[in-house]
Formats: sequence, structure tokens, C-alpha cells
Amino acid sequence: MPRAIQSIERAAAALHVLGAVAEPVPLGELARILDLPKTTTHGIVRTLCDVGFVEQQPETGAYSLGTGLSALGRHLDPHLLRSRVTNWADGLAARTGLEVQVGVLRGPSVELIAHVFRPDGSPQRLRVGELQPAHATALGHALLAWSPSAARIHELELTAYTPSTPTTGVALARAMRQARRLGWAGVDGALTPGTAGVAAPICQHAGIGVGAIAVVGPRDRVLQASGAPHDGLVEQVVGAAQATAGTLRDVL
Amino acid sequence: MSGRSRYVAALDQGTTSTRCLVFDHGGRMVSVAQHEHAQLYPEPGWAEHDPTEIWANTLRVLPEALDVAGLEVGDVASLGIANQRETTIVWDRSTGRPVAPAITWQDTRTADIVSQLQHSPQAGLFQEVCGLEPAGYFAAPRLRWLLDHVPGLQRRARTGELAFGTVESWLIWNLTGGPDGGVHVTDVTNASRTLLMDIHTLEWDRRLLDVLDIPEELLPEIRPNAQVYGTCTVGLPGVPIGGAFGDQQAALFGQTCFAEGEAKCTYGTGAFLLMNTGSTIAPSSRGLISTVAFALDDQPAQYATEGSIAVAGALVQWFRDALEMISSAPEIETLARRVDDNGGCYIVPAFAGLFAPHWQPDARGVVVGLTSYVTRAHLARAVLEATAWQSAEVVEAMVADSGMDFATLRVDGGMTSNHLLMQMVADVLDVPVERPLVSESVSLGAAYAAGLAVGYWPDLEGLRANWRRAAMWEPTMSEGSRRRGRAEWDRAVARTLDWAAEA
Ligand SMILES: Nc1ncnc2c1ncn2[C@@H]1O[C@H](COP(=O)(O)OP(=O)(O)OP(=O)(O)O)[C@@H](O)[C@H]1O
Repeated sequence: MPRAIQSIERAAAALHVLGAVAEPVPLGELARILDLPKTTTHGIVRTLCDVGFVEQQPETGAYSLGTGLSALGRHLDPHLLRSRVTNWADGLAARTGLEVQVGVLRGPSVELIAHVFRPDGSPQRLRVGELQPAHATALGHALLAWSPSAARIHELELTAYTPSTPTTGVALARAMRQARRLGWAGVDGALTPGTAGVAAPICQHAGIGVGAIAVVGPRDRVLQASGAPHDGLVEQVVGAAQATAGTLRDVL
Repeated sequence: MSGRSRYVAALDQGTTSTRCLVFDHGGRMVSVAQHEHAQLYPEPGWAEHDPTEIWANTLRVLPEALDVAGLEVGDVASLGIANQRETTIVWDRSTGRPVAPAITWQDTRTADIVSQLQHSPQAGLFQEVCGLEPAGYFAAPRLRWLLDHVPGLQRRARTGELAFGTVESWLIWNLTGGPDGGVHVTDVTNASRTLLMDIHTLEWDRRLLDVLDIPEELLPEIRPNAQVYGTCTVGLPGVPIGGAFGDQQAALFGQTCFAEGEAKCTYGTGAFLLMNTGSTIAPSSRGLISTVAFALDDQPAQYATEGSIAVAGALVQWFRDALEMISSAPEIETLARRVDDNGGCYIVPAFAGLFAPHWQPDARGVVVGLTSYVTRAHLARAVLEATAWQSAEVVEAMVADSGMDFATLRVDGGMTSNHLLMQMVADVLDVPVERPLVSESVSLGAAYAAGLAVGYWPDLEGLRANWRRAAMWEPTMSEGSRRRGRAEWDRAVARTLDWAAEA
């Protein structure tokens, strides 16, 4: 068994103390209870403050548990994500003239949580709530590539929808690596022939993708003949994803 | 239109902030800048703003919005203004200084003046001339209050030293030079909310001025919504001011509801439903407000009927903050989706009485139908349904008053990101509900007016073509369920009545 890491044990002890006391605890008091020098204790609580697990009262300088701790284990509410992404998704559709989809991972599928119509006045149906096979769409690739459970891609059932659907774990893993390297995922006709998409992850803490946003459309509206996305498209998608991620950092 | 002027700017002077948005020819937003101003509550029931702070913020947001998009003043073809309605300002024409803080639309200090008007022999005259029953939210009683309470004001008002205006008047006057040649105007939609304008002739009405003893010298000139009122000397120097609108009418215009029967609802803290009634003024027996929708230069005015819902998003806030059932407003959808129906539970948020179409000040809110089966998920549904059923009541009253067909509802505002609610609204109204791609309908409406005035956009048809659907919800509820739900809602509403009166 590997040796316990002392600083983590101490941080956990500090959290236990702060969690056990109703009032904020001054530094000296905390050091006394932990039986540590003040400087060591200070280093611990400062670090915990930086990651949001501890808060320092502005008036007294005493410490208490931070909101980051209660948010742990509470996954991002999909409707909160929709509410935050809507402005950016609308802007993306307006600027690119393409349909915009926002999705989250649900087991082996992508669930659409927001959808903006292609702004051309044509009749379209709201697709929120629909599931897509994650291995066959740009949204799915962006979500898998930035998901901590991406190791599970080998457990996905890789149904072939078109000749370009990745149907082996190796092919999918290669696509994931490429997406991570580029910062976005592009998929050309892997679910429906002639339809292409470009997606970027919406990353929260520690770079985990809590959702992804994509533009989707007829191949020639999304990609150039070379197969590369039209100029500026990737920047727009990534920009919308990052702007949305920025709004998730604010308090609710 | 100069070849270089590729954009139109809108100034959205709202209750909490002043914003400048810049739009391109396709009606797409290219830039925004915003500053908040202080909310002043000097006494219970009073709500004031500092007009000089609003003016200072205006001078900040205009150049900032250009900077954000890397534009110059010469790129802007025209400026339009949309403003919080009914907020009242009086200022000195020679110094440019306000004689008192702005009394905002949320302020209730004029209750006594209004109740006198309601019981005066002339009460019927207001309905006949303005299409409005005297009520606390209009501007003229606030002006009356200032004349009564600011020392020397009544006398100075007669000499022509002073100017009265709602916020757009204040801003236009300042933008066009202030004491140095500032243009003193208002637009028909803002003027229609004063209680002083004849809604038929679109002019100030002598008789109403007399009832309230308001000197005509104070008043701005009433102008159409899309017309060049003057040219900015500061802020955006050289740019014409081509339009102004009260915020809700601006939203109606921005949603391109130009034709009879077209309607929009803005779902925010409260909800404001306006339906275009064309050239017909639809007098209401059900407590709705007849108002001017818009007037273009040299064309007859188009009218609208308006119903407001005081508590819409505010009920979600109450559910979040007072009951602590959720930690953010959007989470109410997650909670409500855990169940398929309301479990027999209804919530009627008559927090300060019932408004349109009931007008029962002594009503108070109720939660009815509680059984041991009801969970917080059912309550969450009931919260959302309350907004849907209140919309249905307003629409029914509108259709009954105007006899017009109601075919679709266009929506905007923070609550439109709630799909469950939007589906409920489509279901209970039994019409499709559509959300536009540009959600900033208020600013867009002001920009459209300003652009029309200078020929940046040729006509209303051109603007219509700019409207883009971002989402649509189709009704799916069966006629039977709708009728049953509607009847249960009525029974719930009946249980709110006369509660405060008993105390
Ligand atoms: N997803 C949602 N579901 C239900 N209610 C929501 C949701 N998102 C926001 N709301 C409610 O909508 C209201 C906010 O809407 P909006 O931002 O349009 O506010 P407003 O204050 O009325 O408008 P403005 O700030 O533009 O003057 C709040 O009352 C909030 O509770």
C-alpha cells in the first residue's frame, strides 16, 4: 500500500474542524486544534480557499467551509446550463446561419438540452430531449473527449450508421485524441450522410466537459471541399463554448 | 443614409440599468455595453432614480458600445431609445438640473391622488379620452405629486422655466444639447401612459390637463415613434435620434408584431402581454389597457391592448428564495419534470391582489389542492402553471374585448429558457409559441424605429424579413384537459378573494 500523503490528511482534518464548528474559526484557533504551526495551517487554508473549499470572512479573517464543497457531487443542472448557454447559442446561430445544438452525456448517448433553429425561416422541430449516439456526432466526440469516463469508450456499442461512422475502439480513440489536441471535434456524415458538425466542450472545474455546443448543417455549409471547417467557424464555436463556461463560474 | 453608416444603435434605459446595443442591417446584435444605476427607496413605497446618474450612464454606454465592436460614431446611422415607462422627471430648462429625483413606475406614493381621480366626476373622462382608468402606474399623478410637494414648482411650471418628461424625453433633450437648444419631445407610446393624451388624436387633452391642473408649458411635444427628432450633440455627436418607444411597445415592435392580432409576451419578473389591434382602439371591460402600439411618420397610429401579470418569474424567485426549494431559477424545470402533472395542486400568486383581468386588490395568494400525495415536484409544476394560466386569462380577455383572432404568441424574457413553461403556455393558449433568435426585443424595436426614420431599413416588410425563429412550441394538450385545468384554475382563483379585506 502506498504511504498516506500527509498534506492531504492535514487538509482533510482542517475541513473536518471547520465543518464541525458553527462559527468561522480564526487561524490561531485552527492551528491549535490541528496541533500545527500557524504558518503550516495558513498554507493549508490558503490553498483550500483558492480551490473554493474554504472561505475567509472579509471582516474577521476567520475561516469557514466554502460553497465549492457543497457543490461537489452535485452535477451541473442541465436546465441551468441551458439558461446560461442560450445567449451564446443564439449568437452562434445568428452569425453562422447554422443550426446549433447543445448536449450532455447520458450513458452511451448525447441528450440535447438546447437547440436553436437554423435561422432561415424553414419549418423545423425543437429537438430538445432527443438522444444521439455519442460515437457518431460531433457533440458526442467533444463530450467523450473531455469526459472523465472517456476510458469507457471501449464499452460503447459502435453501431455503423454510414461508412464514416467510427466502428472500432481504436478509430474512436484516435478521434478523441485528435479532438483533445485541437480543442474541438469535427464529424462528417457519421450519423447522417451529407450532414456535418463542429463541436467544442463547455468545460468546468479541472477541464471536465459538462456539456458541448455544436453547429450542425449540410456538409458544404459546415466544411470546405478539403474537409476542414469553413474559415472562422471553429473560432466561433470554441468562443461560444468558452463564453458559456465563463458564466458557469459565477455563483448561481 | 451615408455609405459608411452600417449600424443602428439602441439605448435601452431600463429599471435597473442603462444599456447601449448596436445592430447590423440583418437585425443582429454586434455589441452591448451596460451600467447599472442606484435604486433609491427613501420612504416605504417610494422608488426613485437619480436622473443625473442615468444621464451620466448614458454618456458612458454610448461610446463603450462602439468601442466593444471597434466602431466609430460615423458607423452609426441612427440612434433609437427605449425606456422604462411612466417614470417621471421634471427639470429646469436653463440649468438642465432635475428639480427632484425621478419617481419611478414602481413608486406607490400617488395612491391618494389616484383614488381621488377614481372617485371624481371626471373618472369616466379618462377612460373615454386615454383608454385608461386612472391608476397608480401612470405618469401624470406623479407629476401632480411633484407640483404639490416641491416648493415653488406649481408657480415655476406656469412660467415655462420647467420641463416634464418620461425618461426618453429627458435623454433626448440632453442628447440634443440640453439647455443649449435641447429638443423637448416624447413619443406617442410613452405619452399614452401619462393619463393626459387623447389616444384618438394623439394630442394632449386640455380637459384632462385641467382636471389635474397641469400647466401645458411643462409638456413635451408628442411625436411619432419613427421620426428624426434631432441630432446628438454629445454621446454620439452628429448621429440623428430617429426613434423612441416605451419598453413594452418597443418589444412588440422588435418582435415585428405589426399586424392586427399579432402578439408578444415578455416573461421576466412580471409578464407583459401586448396584442396589436390595428387601427382599432379596443376599450376593455375586463381591465386591460388600450395603448398605442406605434405610429410611423405621416401614418395613422396602430393600437394595442396590454395585460400585465405582476407575478411571473417573481413566483419562481419566491420558490427559490422564500421556500428554498431550488438553488437557481432554471432548476425548477428539473424538479417539475420529475412528475407528469400538478397532482391536483394550484398556486395563485395574488401576492399584492389580483391584477388583469380580475382587479381584486383584497385577494391574496393561495396554494390549494394539497393532499399527502403532493410533493415539491408538484409544487414546482404548479408554480410554472401559474404563469401559463395567468397568460391564458389575459389572452381570453383580449380576444373577448377585441374579437380578434389570436394565432401565435411570440415570447422573450428570462423565463423563455424554460421549455416546460413554454410548452405549458402553448398548451393552455392552444396556439404555437415562438422564440426569436434575437432575444433583445426591446432594444431591437428601438433600433428598428430609428433605422426606419433615416431609411436604413426601407419599410416594415424589410424588418419582418429580419425576424428569425429560434424555437417553437406547438400545443399538444387535449381540449378536455385544457377545459378541466382551466376550470380548476378558476376555482383556485376564487379562493383568493377578499382575504385581505377580512383583516
Ligand atoms: N429557466 C427559468 N425558469 C423559470 N424562471 C426563470 C428561469 N430563468 C429565469 N427565470 C425567472 O425570470 C426572471 C428573470 O427574467 P429577466 O432576466 O427577463 O428579468 P427582468 O428583471 O424581468 O428583466 P430585465 O432585467 O431585463 O429588466 C426571474 O424572476 C427568474 O426567476
